Amino acid sequence: MSSILTRRALGAALILVVSFAVAAVLAPQAAKAQGVPDPLRIATEGAYPPFNNVNSKGELVGFDVDIAKTICKAMRVKCKLVAQDWDGILPGLVANKYDAVIASMSITAERQQIVDFAGPYYSNYLRLVAPKGTAISSMADLDGRILGAQRATVAAQWAEDNIRGGEVKLYDTQTAAYSDLESGRVHVLVSDVYPAHDWLQTVSGYEFVGPRIDIDDKIGIAIRKGETDLKNALDKAIEQIRNNGEYKKVNEKYFPFDIY
Amino acid sequence: MSNLADFWDNVREQASVSVCEAVTFATPELFDRGCERLIEGAIVTIGLLVVSCLAGFCIAVPLSLARAFGAPWLSRTAWAYTYLFRGTPLLIQLWLIYFGVGSLGKDLLGPVWWLLGDAERVGLLVLTLNTSAYVAEILRGGFVNVPADQREAAMASGMSPFLTLRRVLFPQALRIAWPAYGNEIILLLKGSALVSTITVLDLMGQLRTLFSRSYALDLFLYGAVLYLILVLIVTGLLRGIERLWIRAS
Repeated sequence: MSSILTRRALGAALILVVSFAVAAVLAPQAAKAQGVPDPLRIATEGAYPPFNNVNSKGELVGFDVDIAKTICKAMRVKCKLVAQDWDGILPGLVANKYDAVIASMSITAERQQIVDFAGPYYSNYLRLVAPKGTAISSMADLDGRILGAQRATVAAQWAEDNIRGGEVKLYDTQTAAYSDLESGRVHVLVSDVYPAHDWLQTVSGYEFVGPRIDIDDKIGIAIRKGETDLKNALDKAIEQIRNNGEYKKVNEKYFPFDIY
Repeated sequence: MSNLADFWDNVREQASVSVCEAVTFATPELFDRGCERLIEGAIVTIGLLVVSCLAGFCIAVPLSLARAFGAPWLSRTAWAYTYLFRGTPLLIQLWLIYFGVGSLGKDLLGPVWWLLGDAERVGLLVLTLNTSAYVAEILRGGFVNVPADQREAAMASGMSPFLTLRRVLFPQALRIAWPAYGNEIILLLKGSALVSTITVLDLMGQLRTLFSRSYALDLFLYGAVLYLILVLIVTGLLRGIERLWIRAS
């Protein structure tokens, strides 16, 4: 009697294990067939106006956010946007907290070691920002000055690699760096050009100084390594919105010139 | 003053170079690449800890006396101070003073700008004020636990209030408070990591900067080990002081 019961229990357990195993094998394939998870979970920073920012109602807004929504529409999937601190934005992607990062992220060799990029979806260069009248015409004029930049950005990387005669201070967010430029703790900011352009519209007394710093910077969509289907789908969606005018609509909402 | 700053920079640089040369045979390659920056950061963390501990203690002693023996208005004022600094997050205190008060700028702040214009000084200031509030409460606990008749006996035998404090109350209060005080120093050491959010390149600041270049999570493991080593040094020192006392008494 007991042996029958044991056998039945074993049988039930076996069926359970097999069905779990089958489900585990089938489930990812069902998603993969379509190539793009639905909803697509997208992270952005939310502290980088006008690209990504949180408005007074607590909603994520900005160029990146609009582009993300447009891309999702083109791919016919739902978008689920989350805000994530810049420092942890790639570790979060690798840890599968979301599927893509659309947060004005530059495609760099360091980042490509841990993630893949779709795109680019716009291009960037660096500019120096300082109080009006600051005499800076060449790199040598930066000697002895305190430079600010946001940590973990191409601007910070450029500053750390190229500034020899001055001091570099790194901030957690771009807004914190602006705030210290205004208080006078840093003399010059090294910044991506478009957010600085946007900030300069809101303040007086500051201007771009020195030459444009071209670093061949392309902004892409970060995804986990090896997700080729998702990369292809995103690339196709970017091409599609470039061609059908949807990109242009978003672009014109923020900038009077094409930033692609 | 600038000599002292230069000296401090030199110490940091040379110490980190020699420490890294000494340990490189035993440490992983990823650690070696960031080693000098990490050790420099650890030295900044130690500097912040030592200065804020000493300065915080100096502020805490009068505060604790006011709390334990002061007139009601004095005791209440001291209480308000400790309540303010123990009742708000260290991060908020740092940001309010660095970004908040600091945003008034050089011209409005005048001489205060010397203190608020520099991130390391703001870090020191806030850590000092914060720890002084905790230490004041710890010492107060020590003072009120010294039996009242000891104070009465000392006064009756003709000791001045100051001598009573120095010879009778303070040594006993400190011994009662010592374990809790040691705990506070360790909490302060780890709390000091928050100064990395106001651009100070302490151990945490260097870790985050290195991480932003390599995205190697191992770095935080090495950082944790470095903090553990610092805590080990601190607890060793505290125990050493305790032993000296036992031998002395």
